[in-house]
Amino acid sequence: MLLELRDVVAGYLKNVDVLQGINLSVDLGEIVCLIGPNGAGKSTVLRVVSGLLTPSAGVVVFDGQDISGVRPDLVLQHGIAHVPQGHSSFPEMSVLENLLMGAYTVGDRDVRDRRLQAVFELFPWFKERSKQRAGNLSGGQQKLLEIGRALMLEPRMMLLDEPSLGLDPKKSHTVFDTIGRLREETGITVLMVEQNARSGLRISDRGYVLELGKERLERRASELLDDPKVGQLYLGGSINDSSGRA
Amino acid sequence: MSVVLRTEGISKHFGGIVAVDSCTVEVQEGSITGLIGPNGSGKTTLFNLITGVYRPDEGSVLVLGRPATGLEPHQICHLGLSRTFQITRLFWDLTVLENMIVPVRKVGLRPLFGPGMLGSEVERALDLLERVGLTHLKDEPAAKLSFGQQKLLEFSAILMSDPDVVLLDEPAGGVNPTMIRFIMDLIRSLNKEGVTFLVVEHNMSMIMELSDHVIVMDQGRTIAEGPPADVQENPLVLEAYLGS
Repeated sequence: MLLELRDVVAGYLKNVDVLQGINLSVDLGEIVCLIGPNGAGKSTVLRVVSGLLTPSAGVVVFDGQDISGVRPDLVLQHGIAHVPQGHSSFPEMSVLENLLMGAYTVGDRDVRDRRLQAVFELFPWFKERSKQRAGNLSGGQQKLLEIGRALMLEPRMMLLDEPSLGLDPKKSHTVFDTIGRLREETGITVLMVEQNARSGLRISDRGYVLELGKERLERRASELLDDPKVGQLYLGGSINDSSGRA
Repeated sequence: MSVVLRTEGISKHFGGIVAVDSCTVEVQEGSITGLIGPNGSGKTTLFNLITGVYRPDEGSVLVLGRPATGLEPHQICHLGLSRTFQITRLFWDLTVLENMIVPVRKVGLRPLFGPGMLGSEVERALDLLERVGLTHLKDEPAAKLSFGQQKLLEFSAILMSDPDVVLLDEPAGGVNPTMIRFIMDLIRSLNKEGVTFLVVEHNMSMIMELSDHVIVMDQGRTIAEGPPADVQENPLVLEAYLGS
């Protein structure tokens, strides 16, 4: 396993644990999608992995090393890049400048240029529009630019938080197709959170349904939504049932 | 039973986005009505249209039988409808007790010359604080409360105006399970005393247990409604949550 979360507990407020002892794993080269109702803790999982949030219990293991509570900049050096929810490109900067910002921590110019060429190869239109202001790109293009910027770190794993958020169906299709293609071409491992469960699972190998801070269901992505428990998890069971699996 | 809140074909656009699309919703007197739907389905926008935060592009709102379309929020409050917010809004530097009283204060000369708080107001406020278990914190600044306590304070402050209809926007959001139980009991007991509730909530177990009637929104429209058990069984509802 490349990434493993074991019994992880974490939250933002005292006495309110968003993650309540969650277990999940991502294998090398896999695309894993986390789905589940609002407030299930999906984005929080990504924040714990990238070091933005320190778990109060449990461990996060990446490639055999315990990274629980490790500072975000050091997690980055382990090869984990986090593309957060919403827009995070620098709107006033050009496409090229945005990409170079992704390699801000890379001192070696040759390495940086080599990676830039590699990203241009994956996304030829970045090169054609390298001087264009990022803020003038469409929502879908900005999301792709954010993913491209994360690739400048040459990460082994990418955390994607709702890549389709705010995009119309056609543009979100493009973004998902691109994520699938990236994995084919680079072998990158992806842990993704998606509200749009069907689209997210379409390009994933495995999926988890989270509910109230726990993994409740884990299946191959193509089979997950066929499980009748999914309806129960989305539309409610008993609120006292936070112990065992549903 | 009569209808205490009704929107009729109400719509709201933001630029090219239709947030609420010709939405007709009815809330029966004495009910606890749940309002659910996936992210971005228009629930909070509908709340904002009902409470006068936004003016609808089309359609109308009736509150307790009176036309309320386009009224200011405070006017709607005076009709007998109050609300809470997803993110609590309090006067952070004022005490818990002052937070209870400020919202029902009528602006005039009296506060300039008379006492800051009237005895009757204080009495009512203390009764309500007792009910939500915040009496011991009455002289603390609101900023010092825990998030759950802030929610309770906001909840009890809106009761100061004796509303007939209360709109709650995610009362269980960010609140621990014990507090969720407490809030549910509070809603139930107020409901027994005659307060009607319309509740937006993502904690499905809570909303299904609490509500008499559930309305489901998707893409700005109502797509289903009925008793909780029927809504849970409705395949259209799950489809809306899973996306396409």
